[in-house]
Amino acid sequence: MANADMPADTMLRTADGQPLKSALAKASRKARIRAFLLVVPLLIFVLLTFVIPIGQMLSRSVNNDQFSESMINIGVWFDENPNAEPDEAAYAALAADLVYSAANRMIGNAGTRINYEVPGTRSLFTSSGRKAKNLKAPFKEALLELDEDWARPDLWAAMRSASGTTTFNFYQAAVDRKINADGQFERADENSRIYMTLFGRTFALSVVITGLCLLLGFPIAHLLATLPLRKASLLMILVLLPFWTSLLVRTTSWMVLLQGQGVINNVLVSLGIVTEDGRLEMMYNQTGTIIAMTHILLPFMILPLYSVMKTIPPSYARAARSLGATSWTTFRRIYLPQTVSGIGAGGILCFILAVGYYITPALVGGADGTLISNQIAFHMQNSLNWSLAAALATMLLASVLILYWAYDRLVGIDNMKLG
Amino acid sequence: MVNEPQNDGFVVFDHVQKSYDGEALVVKDLNLSIGKGEFLTMLGPSGSGKTTCLMMLAGFETATHGDIRLEGRPINEVPPHKRGIGMVFQNYALFPHMTVGENLSFPLEVRGMGKSEREAKVKRALDMVQMYSFINRRPAQLSGGQQQRIALARALVFDPGLVLMDEPLGALDKQLREHMQFEIKHLHESLGITVVYVTHDQGEALTMSDRVAVFNDGRIQQLAPPDELYERPQNSFVAQFIGENNKLEGVVESIDNGRALVRLGTGELIDATAVNVTAKGQKTVVSIRPERVEYKAELLPSGAHTVDAEVLEFIYMGDLFRTRLRVAGSDDFVIKSRNTSGQRMLKPGEKIKIGWAPDDARALEPS
Repeated sequence: MANADMPADTMLRTADGQPLKSALAKASRKARIRAFLLVVPLLIFVLLTFVIPIGQMLSRSVNNDQFSESMINIGVWFDENPNAEPDEAAYAALAADLVYSAANRMIGNAGTRINYEVPGTRSLFTSSGRKAKNLKAPFKEALLELDEDWARPDLWAAMRSASGTTTFNFYQAAVDRKINADGQFERADENSRIYMTLFGRTFALSVVITGLCLLLGFPIAHLLATLPLRKASLLMILVLLPFWTSLLVRTTSWMVLLQGQGVINNVLVSLGIVTEDGRLEMMYNQTGTIIAMTHILLPFMILPLYSVMKTIPPSYARAARSLGATSWTTFRRIYLPQTVSGIGAGGILCFILAVGYYITPALVGGADGTLISNQIAFHMQNSLNWSLAAALATMLLASVLILYWAYDRLVGIDNMKLG
Repeated sequence: MVNEPQNDGFVVFDHVQKSYDGEALVVKDLNLSIGKGEFLTMLGPSGSGKTTCLMMLAGFETATHGDIRLEGRPINEVPPHKRGIGMVFQNYALFPHMTVGENLSFPLEVRGMGKSEREAKVKRALDMVQMYSFINRRPAQLSGGQQQRIALARALVFDPGLVLMDEPLGALDKQLREHMQFEIKHLHESLGITVVYVTHDQGEALTMSDRVAVFNDGRIQQLAPPDELYERPQNSFVAQFIGENNKLEGVVESIDNGRALVRLGTGELIDATAVNVTAKGQKTVVSIRPERVEYKAELLPSGAHTVDAEVLEFIYMGDLFRTRLRVAGSDDFVIKSRNTSGQRMLKPGEKIKIGWAPDDARALEPS
């Protein structure tokens, strides 16, 4: 290797005296440009469909313009008077903002934003906004006359935190924290701590589903890898068949099978295994979610396992047996360690898919079988609190990335074989 | 022969048959007795049943019929891990997730051996193949020849009385292969173990073995020490498979005291030893080694018949000359002559007369 600080005469040169490195770069430039051009379409596609939306989601999760966009004067007052009680100037600024927002039809947004933190305050904003243009100084008395609630300290705390252009309020809401009257964050009331419970349930169910997939998938993958080619490809089609069927169809078939009056219960009742009153509840609870999702995610475990097992020659097991190991020892000490890369890949794949799964838990999960993604969907579609949805989604993304990092540290990502 | 081990029936195949599909026999009625301390090679083309025999001995395949006995004890029902047979595999089968030391330690661990004893045995086995300095390497960090030595050491580390080798040198280059042949041979001699070795390389079989069993079509075609196999093949398959051979087809003209006179298709008469032809008028294939064919009249035994030949091709191979001739209508008759001083190089198109001692030509049944 020629170093920059080496004397020029020891630098390697081509026959016509050019430095070898620049000659090499020149020779391979064309190939590199061509290779780059080939990946440009994919690069643009990934940028448009992946990087930009995720970036938007991240910025949405800290975006705070709903209130601050129209309530400008009060925002200035909050900046100038940190930690101060609202005085006449504050009420004057508030009154001016209410007039401006109402005139520009932005009062609803501002009210909604405060309503996230102090429930029931949206109507305070809209009704006060309608009457604000008639307000006269002193504004404090005038506003309090309109509505006593304008004096509430928790309302002022919420407005102060909503007046910045960015906020972590949504993350705080996502970890079940709320603003109290002193403007401090504290744990939400016990019956409204839903997100951490949901995160916990999501991860617990995902672990269970991944474990079940491994238990069921490992023998199948082994069978696939050892059967003669013709039988193996038939079995492979059976494994892949669910892949080619609509997710919705598969989930609804599970509903047909599992529900109270469904096929499985009917068979059990007709066989006398369970009584008519004792029909098993396998649907609209966690059992339903676990069964249906295990079935749907099974191929994602089998395929990486299969691709790893396919590369393990049977002679290893034979060698171990000839060296005196029982079949159990052979499995534990020789076969299993060599499938670790497949277990890791399948496990991570199943787990990540399970953590973000939406449609199946929504259909079969019922009340206690829904996952965090269902809550995200709820905030996207029903409550329209996109910022909170984005915050929840970002946390989900972050936890998956942490998992990936932990796997890399423990097993090594280059040990993962996806196919 | 260096040593002639006593055939005490250490390993016995007794009327063993094997079928995979219930329709065709891969091994047809195998009877074989291997003595303790013997180096026996199973040699044959692929699909001849030799590897199946080895796998039955190791316990990875079950015999469809017949008994396999080890030290007089039938082992058909004994699972492989209780047979105590060392085995070297074609692709070495070194466990990739273990170091060399762990690979060797594995058979000792599963036998419940203590740590210090294990270490001593692993060291001894690795020293035996001069690989102790590689104890902490992974198999992937070793060259093919080094992996081969480790596989050998692993098969020997638990002191098995019988070691099976399934084409262990197949993946090595020629030079390394020849070197390893001698190394395995020396280990066999110094340890006094019994080795059953499977190969399709006849050179390997001849170099290493006490006895060679030539397999074809599920049967042992000939079981003999290397020299006998080469010099006195029992049938045309063995003659063809071991070394290079010239074949001349003809009809037995007369048999006299083990000497046969064979008339070729072109009407010429040649001398041969009657091996498995018995009567006048029988069709036969006469097999002659290329290095036993003579074309200088003064070197032929008196009274030997000669045949006309035309030189088609002359190849200079360094220590040897290889000449291809047209003899009795066939274009692939080859003779080899040593490159001694004064040896004459034949020219293509030259007409010569060739002959041989009757002992060197063997009249076999046509295959």
